[in-house]
Amino acid sequence: MTRELVVVGHGMVGHRLVSALRDRDTAGTWHVTVLGEEDRPAYDRVALSSYVDGRTEDDLALDDHDDPRVDVRRGTPVVAIDREARQVRTGSGELIGYDALVLATGSVPFVPPVPGRDLPGCFVYRTLDDLDAITAAAEAAMERPGPGRRSAVVVGGGLLGLEAARAMRLLGLSPQVVEIAPRLMPVQVDEGGGALLRTLVERQDIAVRCGVSVAGIVADRGRLVAQLSDGIELDADLVVFSAGIRAADGLARAAGLGVGERGGVLVDDRCRTADEHVWAVGECAALEGRTYGLVAPGYAMAEVVADRLLGGDARMSSAELDMSTQLKLLGVDVASFGDAHATTEGALPVVINDPVAGTYAKLVVSDDASTLLGGVLVGDASRYAALRPLVGSALPADPVALIAPDGVELGADALPDSAQVCSCNAVTKGALREAIAEGAHDVPALKACTRAGTSCGSCVPLLKTILVQEGVEVSTALCEHFAFSRAELFEIVAGAGIATFSELIETHGTGRGCDVCKPVVASILASLGGIKGTGGHILAGEQASLQDTNDRFLANMQRDGTYSVVPRVPGGEITPDGLIAIGEVARDFGLYTKITGGQRIDLFGARVEQLPAIWRRLVDAGFESGHAYGKALRTVKSCVGSTWCRYGQQDSVGLAVALELRYRGLRSPHKIKSGVSGCARECAEARSKDFGIIATETGWNLYVGGNGGFTPRHADLLVSDVDTDTLVRLVDRFLMFYVRTADRLQRTASWIEAMDGGLDHLRAVIVDDSLGICADLEAAMAAHVASYADEWAGVLADEDKLARFVSFVNAPDTPDPTISFVTERGQPVPAPRTPVLIGIPEVGS
Amino acid sequence: MTAAVLTVWTAVCRVDQLEPERGVAALLGGRQVALFRTHDGTVHAIGNIDPFSGAAVLSRGIVGDRGGVPTVASPVYKQVFSLVDGRCLDDDTVRVDVYDVRLRHGTVEVAVEDTVDRPGTAPWAGR
Repeated sequence: MTRELVVVGHGMVGHRLVSALRDRDTAGTWHVTVLGEEDRPAYDRVALSSYVDGRTEDDLALDDHDDPRVDVRRGTPVVAIDREARQVRTGSGELIGYDALVLATGSVPFVPPVPGRDLPGCFVYRTLDDLDAITAAAEAAMERPGPGRRSAVVVGGGLLGLEAARAMRLLGLSPQVVEIAPRLMPVQVDEGGGALLRTLVERQDIAVRCGVSVAGIVADRGRLVAQLSDGIELDADLVVFSAGIRAADGLARAAGLGVGERGGVLVDDRCRTADEHVWAVGECAALEGRTYGLVAPGYAMAEVVADRLLGGDARMSSAELDMSTQLKLLGVDVASFGDAHATTEGALPVVINDPVAGTYAKLVVSDDASTLLGGVLVGDASRYAALRPLVGSALPADPVALIAPDGVELGADALPDSAQVCSCNAVTKGALREAIAEGAHDVPALKACTRAGTSCGSCVPLLKTILVQEGVEVSTALCEHFAFSRAELFEIVAGAGIATFSELIETHGTGRGCDVCKPVVASILASLGGIKGTGGHILAGEQASLQDTNDRFLANMQRDGTYSVVPRVPGGEITPDGLIAIGEVARDFGLYTKITGGQRIDLFGARVEQLPAIWRRLVDAGFESGHAYGKALRTVKSCVGSTWCRYGQQDSVGLAVALELRYRGLRSPHKIKSGVSGCARECAEARSKDFGIIATETGWNLYVGGNGGFTPRHADLLVSDVDTDTLVRLVDRFLMFYVRTADRLQRTASWIEAMDGGLDHLRAVIVDDSLGICADLEAAMAAHVASYADEWAGVLADEDKLARFVSFVNAPDTPDPTISFVTERGQPVPAPRTPVLIGIPEVGS
Repeated sequence: MTAAVLTVWTAVCRVDQLEPERGVAALLGGRQVALFRTHDGTVHAIGNIDPFSGAAVLSRGIVGDRGGVPTVASPVYKQVFSLVDGRCLDDDTVRVDVYDVRLRHGTVEVAVEDTVDRPGTAPWAGR
């Protein structure tokens, strides 16, 4: 019989509980009702601050529980629990019965009881609604007439306070952080680390006051004044409280459940309250009397409860909870792990403080200096991934060497199997090795089957190292003929000025090539053609022999050996005369026609010897190659945009046409698709494209790394609200960087996924020019644009190239006798094939 | 019908009609043959029909080598065939026909063991 589980709270931990239960409850034991107070889908609260950076609610949303046995009800607060009757009452008075109840209500912001804290202009920093309100207030402040900078006082200098300060700066305000403790991030870092952190934060134009508190807030001529405990008064347009959180345990208290001294529903090591039908997880739960404000312990609790609900015997103890933190705040790396404050008896701190370089590192080791207990890293946290999993293990080297600038670099081999590699999802090195042994042979596969690396991502470099260490990291060699990856070959060809495949394989390869390396080299030569001046037609000279059949015949081979023909229709915009011309060609050559997903027309069933005549007609009618056959830019799809649409904000068709014409013919590691939507309604489905553009009121948002296909993926926001020139410049850089560095047949999504540092790294390279290559990338694209010529016009003008388009070398115009058509829905389609007998020649009649 | 087999050399094209490391198709009676010229100038002939798809397209595949054996990769599903003996190197249960080739006075000739549909070359044709 199905039992009823009610989950109160739809945050990250509640969401994880439901996912974990659904993954394992294959027998369908539980039906789940989730009651969420916020009127939004569950979202990634850890990444809350990125909302101010332009990530949208959709970007932050966690996966829907797409399951008929899960009923998620948003905007439905629970106001009471009746434990006797085993039911909860919602805000609207509805009663919902349960067999098991899980409280995942999270926490509420702690606002110190200072006078004036409820004045208009005072905010907390916890939910997307809070951020919407803060953004609106900041915008109003910016528009207020009068001189002077607009400022915000941020109460609290912990992790959340510093994030809030950064958000204020992004909104155009001057932030001032007030922290009652003598240093920033007092929970995570020690005095030395705090001092350096303060210096680094102040360099970002954020004022910091430590060791003082806010005594009161008063309204003053439309603004606020924050009065500090040391008598100083700070003018502010906004005051944001981010001084910590308190467990949201009110429901449990009212229902008579025990709570901890400092709040939180008391639970045992099964995360069960004193009532056997009621459980609590996440920030609202007090395990051994203590609450935890990080997502990793919450996830661990969710996993335990999911297991228990299905009859398992999982347990947890506070000793196993990982309170490690790593973050990059305002460009400053901060990491804290294990016993960061050296509270263990006899613990010895080992510190290297380098204020000149702006780094601070501390390791805490046991009294006999044999075991690593914890540490703090500020300014450079690159060793965090290797050090954190070692907590509790024997030190692999002298502790000073582990943090010294020229010290020991720890590899994954230093880790024991029990070491947690991904602390967000509690994945040990042993579990990863097991997954690798079972066939997860790359980072995406490891992510999929263990969840490691799917939250904060800091352990991804370590995942790669472990793959290598386990000996499964596949060789990057392209094929038996080249010991190099595509990106390496690209550099070789570009650097050595190599112009032909023969030259390349003689100098850098073995044998005569194959169907893997030849098209790759053809693509590289084509990409570099514009720059090196060796360009020209892709069927020129030896290059013709390298091309895959599609590129060789500039058409798409279909399963019966005929080809399909796709003229370019930039942006999907076509004139009536153009439509008629295509229609007449299709009719005259007996071709099957179909509208493609890329807003153009595909003509099927052309025999190889018909292609020149078909294209002669198309070229005469003003069409050119659509490159549907190439690993190249395919289409830039568009909605109708502001020209016609009532809702359109920008001319999406105009931009799509311009982009498609700019990048047409660009050869790349895989096909490239794009789309431009004229407003946020997104009718062009731009976010399913390699690069997608969505109009805003004042410009364009650029998304990258999306695709449909086998593994659909939404593109991620790269930059927002840029003007057209900036947009084109960034797309130039993005595409050229992709063309140069991606692997063979790697689309942009997996290219970004596989990049060290992922999207952030990509943004650093092509927006901030961190590698100093942007001028090169732009020049390469300019060369491509300048050297573009229609490939089909090039064939029609060249007798030698035309001579290849014959059915048989000894009977050039005789149609292939194996090709035949039948009629289906009024159009020709390939006749069903009679089975082919292998090795027995046909006998003529 | 008599099961006698006769080898017939048929002139197909001039050798300079074959691009290095590329193929062409030829029609020999009712049969389709794919001709390839490898890097060292050798000409190979195999059946043109790809056994995996049934399409007559092997002549349009990419020519290369695997472990030193000259090959062509089917353009449909990419299986690789030896140009020397017609074996599929990705599936050893499959092979395509191989034909003898010779060059005479700049002309490529292919040996086809078939007579029935070529009147005039078979002594009993039409009787």
